[in-house]
Amino acid sequence: MENKTKAQLFWLVILRLAIGWHFLYEGLVKLSNPNWTSFGYLMDSKGLFEGMFHSMAENESVLNIVDFLNIWGLIAIGLSLIVGFLSRPAIIGGITLLAFYYLSHPAFISLKYALPSTGSYFIIDKTIIELFALVVLFVFPTSKEIGIDKLVFTIKPSTRENE
Amino acid sequence: MNKYNKMNRRDLLKSLATVPVLGAVLYGWHKKKQAVELMKKAMHSEISLNAYNPVIEKEVAAGKKLRIGIIGAGSRGSALLKGAGFVPPETIDSWKEDAAKDKNNTRYEEYLEQEDLNVELVAVCDIFESYAERAIKAGANIFREGSNGKMGNEPKRYRTYQELLADDNIDAVIIGTPDHWHGTITIAAAKAGKHIYCEKPMTWTVPETYEVVKAVQENNVVFQLGHQNRQNESYFKAKEAIEKGIIGKVNLIEVTTNRNSPGGAWVYDIHPDANEQTIDWEQFIGPAPKHEFSLERFFRWRCWWDYSTGLSGDLFTHDYDAMNQILGLGIPHSAVSSGGVYHYKDGRTVPDVLQSVFEYPQKDLSLVYSASLASNKHRGRTIMAHDGYMDVGGELKVFADRGSTKYKQQIEDGLIDPEIPIYSYVPGQEHVDAITSPTEKYFAQRGLLYSYHKGKRLSTTHLHIKDWIDAIRTGRKATCNENRGFEEAITAHMGTIAYREQRKVFWDADKQEIV
Repeated sequence: MENKTKAQLFWLVILRLAIGWHFLYEGLVKLSNPNWTSFGYLMDSKGLFEGMFHSMAENESVLNIVDFLNIWGLIAIGLSLIVGFLSRPAIIGGITLLAFYYLSHPAFISLKYALPSTGSYFIIDKTIIELFALVVLFVFPTSKEIGIDKLVFTIKPSTRENE
Repeated sequence: MNKYNKMNRRDLLKSLATVPVLGAVLYGWHKKKQAVELMKKAMHSEISLNAYNPVIEKEVAAGKKLRIGIIGAGSRGSALLKGAGFVPPETIDSWKEDAAKDKNNTRYEEYLEQEDLNVELVAVCDIFESYAERAIKAGANIFREGSNGKMGNEPKRYRTYQELLADDNIDAVIIGTPDHWHGTITIAAAKAGKHIYCEKPMTWTVPETYEVVKAVQENNVVFQLGHQNRQNESYFKAKEAIEKGIIGKVNLIEVTTNRNSPGGAWVYDIHPDANEQTIDWEQFIGPAPKHEFSLERFFRWRCWWDYSTGLSGDLFTHDYDAMNQILGLGIPHSAVSSGGVYHYKDGRTVPDVLQSVFEYPQKDLSLVYSASLASNKHRGRTIMAHDGYMDVGGELKVFADRGSTKYKQQIEDGLIDPEIPIYSYVPGQEHVDAITSPTEKYFAQRGLLYSYHKGKRLSTTHLHIKDWIDAIRTGRKATCNENRGFEEAITAHMGTIAYREQRKVFWDADKQEIV
């Protein structure tokens, strides 16, 4: 924390909030749609892990778990990033989710998806950029400066004694 | 200063600084939910369609085994046999191989799940050896196991349909012959007291159309015409939506055929074992004009008027029957047609591009059919009315019209967007839902949602055969019975006559004849 400028801290927090916002809203919208399921998305999977994602979709109990974890994972990670509570595990969770999304729909030229694309991508797409952004947040944590983690972990020997 | 840091006001502020952002997201979510609810409410108050799911009726498969014969077991005939539960062991083998190679290939699995209709195939009549042999093997393959599996009794082979129909050990027949035989064999079968499933179109000529209806009704047999789309869930929904007046009064219906492949243009493969020894050419010709032996004519008979009913009989009939099912059209007042052999210069007499327009002045609407066998441009089926329009396919989409009177207020208030379906129905989805996300729609269009929800995708051909069998067992009429068949055949004939005689053709409803 000592070596971040105010601007650095500010923009890192903004990045954390943006990703948290994205996760939370996505999760809530899925939650409020009783018909939502990851079935179509998983079945649309292409590439190296296609088989794995298809079998996840085809097994009803696995699919239910995937849907549950996806919705509540998105909501929990989103909440956590926004309020800055338990940010490290949340970031790891977020990276895992995004890795699944990316691996199920890798941006390779030869692969065509049913899901409409919003731009042109080769290897690097928005999913993996969001994933990298989470990695940045992992190596530059901010929740102990701005966030509830500060409140929780502050009952520890303080580094402020030097102040 | 204390070694342990005490929380001060500034720290507390920093800790909770981002919490208000949560409020913003939740507010956004709440607003979206509200908008969706409002939209749904607005639409439901207008549309108020039951979110019912057409349930496939579970009727009796029990009781005595029905004994079936097949007359004409070519490619369509084989598909009908499959729908009834009879597939040659070789086909099962290849399905198994496909499934082993690609576990997403579930044809075999789906076939195993296909309901047993409690019928047996006891008789086969085909005038081409290979087809007859294939159907006999299919009939014996009752355990659905493949070449190395257990087999049941082989059905008996008949050389002529007359001999088959004379057999009292047959309750019902499936007719999968070329068009020029449909009427003749149906009439003979009805007179022999057999229930009939006949491929479309019902007849090849106008006079036999009347005779079919008469023979079926006088002999009290159950007749089903092969429009398997009668079992399509989204058509049930479309009918309901029309009846509820969701799009208002229909004034124009547009149906199309868009194909662009040799198979789609009836240039079917010629079987390697086919020759004058393995084909009974005399019987093939039957009521058609005499012609020397021709493999091309035998396998690609749809290309010649001598045996075919053309685009009107082969493909328009499906669309007509769909619209007749949804709108109860009946026979049109008049028909005009034009077109030509524009792409396939292979000696055919049947046009590969055809436009037919049918007028229904008593219903204030036109039915337009437009077909090309040399372009895949997808045009679909659309029912148009003042307040909205409806795209009817595997799934159903209903849109409000921008100029609608009925939805004027909702469109102005932003509650209805003419670009987004006010109602869409994807077979297999439990709920009718007014607002699906673009992603969902995309998957649905590509059939990715079909096997989801209850997990089963059923073949409409199987359901249509089942409907026929159930009708026989319960003594009701089949869904696409001889009366619907009469309307179908007469309408198709009107389109064909208009093309061939280059004139406007009328239906005299009083005299019940084409003039």
